[in-house]
Amino acid sequence: MGSKHRGSDPKDCYLFSHTDRRKSAIMTKNCNNAYKLKFAVEEEYPDLSQHNNHMAKVLTKDIYNKLRSKETPSGFTLDDCIQTGVDNPGHPFIMTVGCVAGDEESYEVFKELFDPIISDRHGGYKPTDKHKTDLNFENLKGGDDLDPNYVLSSRVRTGRSIKGFTLPPTNSRGERRAVEKLSIEALNSLDGEFKGKYYPLKDMTDKEQEQLIADHFLFDKPVSPLLLAAGMARDWPDARGIWHNDNKTFLVWVNEEDHLRVISMQKGGNMKEVFKRFCVGLQKIEDVFKKHNHGFMWNEHLGFVLTCPSNLGTGLRGGVHVKLPKLSTHAKFEEILTRLRLQKRGTGGVDTASVGGVFDISNADRLGSSEVQQVQLVVDGVKLMVEMEKKLEKGESIDAMIPAQK
Amino acid sequence: MASSFARILSSKRKVGILSLVGAGSLTVGFFLNREQHVNAGAHVRRIYPASAEYPDLRKHNNCMASHLTPAVYAKLCDKTTPNGYTLDQAMQTGVDNPGHPFIKTVGMVAGDEESYEVFADIFNPVIKERHNGYDPCNMKHPTDLDSSKIRGGQFDDKYVLSSRVRTGRSIRGLSLPPACTRAERREVERVVIDALAGLKGDLAGKYYSLTLMTEQEQQQLIDDHFLFDKPVSPLLTCAGMARDWPDARGIWHNNEKTFLVWVNEEDHTRVISMEKGGNMKRVFERFCKGLQEVERLIQERGWEFMWNEHLGYILTCPSNLGTGLRAGVHVTLPRLSKDPRFPKILDNLRLQKRGTGGVDTAAVGNTFDISNLDRLGQSEVQLVQTVIDGVNYLIECEKKLERGQDIKIPAPISQFK
Repeated sequence: MGSKHRGSDPKDCYLFSHTDRRKSAIMTKNCNNAYKLKFAVEEEYPDLSQHNNHMAKVLTKDIYNKLRSKETPSGFTLDDCIQTGVDNPGHPFIMTVGCVAGDEESYEVFKELFDPIISDRHGGYKPTDKHKTDLNFENLKGGDDLDPNYVLSSRVRTGRSIKGFTLPPTNSRGERRAVEKLSIEALNSLDGEFKGKYYPLKDMTDKEQEQLIADHFLFDKPVSPLLLAAGMARDWPDARGIWHNDNKTFLVWVNEEDHLRVISMQKGGNMKEVFKRFCVGLQKIEDVFKKHNHGFMWNEHLGFVLTCPSNLGTGLRGGVHVKLPKLSTHAKFEEILTRLRLQKRGTGGVDTASVGGVFDISNADRLGSSEVQQVQLVVDGVKLMVEMEKKLEKGESIDAMIPAQK
Repeated sequence: MASSFARILSSKRKVGILSLVGAGSLTVGFFLNREQHVNAGAHVRRIYPASAEYPDLRKHNNCMASHLTPAVYAKLCDKTTPNGYTLDQAMQTGVDNPGHPFIKTVGMVAGDEESYEVFADIFNPVIKERHNGYDPCNMKHPTDLDSSKIRGGQFDDKYVLSSRVRTGRSIRGLSLPPACTRAERREVERVVIDALAGLKGDLAGKYYSLTLMTEQEQQQLIDDHFLFDKPVSPLLTCAGMARDWPDARGIWHNNEKTFLVWVNEEDHTRVISMEKGGNMKRVFERFCKGLQEVERLIQERGWEFMWNEHLGYILTCPSNLGTGLRAGVHVTLPRLSKDPRFPKILDNLRLQKRGTGGVDTAAVGNTFDISNLDRLGQSEVQLVQTVIDGVNYLIECEKKLERGQDIKIPAPISQFK
């Protein structure tokens, strides 16, 4: 910052050389971190006394002091990571994470914050642990015979981040549009059962919008304060959109909470088919991105790198909508779920209640086990729970069927 | 004495206090002695050209969208204020909120005092549009808090249920709510409650911190209609004003519950004088006295309010520049409100109506919130006089209609005096 008055020639306006500009990142949210460092740590350290999230449990004043002067190459700071956790002291039902990554490097630059949070959230996962990725659908056993009288629909979703771009909490409009452009190119190259069409949110016709709502495909501007406080809804609906194949069984969300959310789904209980489509589709998309030198963000410690630490590893949530009116009211229901390494949600997704005894049952784990392993747990666990439900219908006891901890 | 905190910040600027006049005449004018151009901060690091970053404003209807051409964006997008605030941050709220159904919103905010200068190429046309033609480049804003100049101002209690005057003040040297750090926000709180603790007599009162408030205190503040909540309006949340809630936020009021200060809500401070009934003159007297006292008290400690001769008092939203003043009454006008000429009468009197829940609410029954339209280009005394004269006229109309007489639409009063 100099006192020389900058001329009107655009070339005069850049402090950085062309090389610097290519290296350095896009607009930072907190350009004023240098300014902020003038204030004492006691004055800047957030008041977390009323808070109950993973970030609040981990972020001591010492750690805050150590990390506050750091920035990722794109300029993301500690305060950027934790703002959502400061603004949202606690969720009534779930222990929330309370921090996000702004780019791939966040997990490294702010290790002292993220490592203990990852350990807490992902069952003791250590900084030295390695994560296994297995998207070979042939390794899944069974999964094609879940009773459709109980299992109404099957779905597998994950997220992917495009290497070389910053993440939704911090990306600029230019960057988000670049991600969209690349994504559309990748998706439009798909053929066969994957052939489909992209619907940008901002240019959607009323008719298209109604159809997408009827198909339960349309995603809305986030309303959760967890996401809003992290800056993920900025510039909505610019560069956001939905792509799906003509069969409506493979769906990609662009620039919602992650660069990409990839969803494979269909009615009924054939999870095997859903997972196969999932793996094949993901591979095809990744190939196109790699050709442009923008593969997916991945490393051998954290697996697939996503915005929220809770989605690291596989980022996979494989689940079913299943009718369990009797089992769900059984005293041991929660215990059974825990032992099967599964979690329940309402059929509206996270933060919703169940309707009519129908639950969304999915894997609880994300990091430390592979995609195949996680979907296997869902397939085996749901099969068992449906059998339990049938037993309870007949008035029989299920005590002998209660599984050991997986 | 000013804390070391203040010395770090104010050493960047040279401030000269030109004149300090006692109560009853023109308030203090501060002249900032600085270079012709405010030194902008470090340039923003960016790898996409401005054209790739320019927002899609085709569906937008706010003042920012009306004036932010690609050329203006390209010129300003790499600049920052000395504290590091950027154009993208200033306009984020307008990008995220395309348009309000009833009112054309402003669509941008200031992160600090320098924002209005560094981004003058967009703020000036926005200010001009919002303030009905006031041109910051060549017009000066009069400040006048001498309440003795007010004529009349005691309304018929049969019609006027309550009277209220509010404004905001910003503490120079500290960033504004969209951009402030936790340390700055806490410093604003300290400076303000320190000053308020010095108020005496009918102004003596107490501070209630949002974080430390007891349940009993909270209930009392709710019953008094004093408690403000975490903002829910996306206009405010998208501008970053609710960050770190409720840290360093609070409410101060005098024992008589007629003078109230909000700390760190949408502005550093919001100052409110109010009472039941129609004695607007007394409400404004207390308002001026309270403001001048608080100003004196912060100056004793080496602080001052943000003010300049073109924009008057500097506040977060451009709509509140100038006086930042909204003087209004809750008034019952059962007959007049149903007359088709009512909107035109208000217009010509330079008044606006709102529901009694404040902005964005509808009227309940026949009671309206009537207040001044203008903020910038006229002084506090002028605006309050406008409200007084206007409300008198409205009440006269109501009385005429009661008696079966006809009413007239008044000639439009001039805007800039």
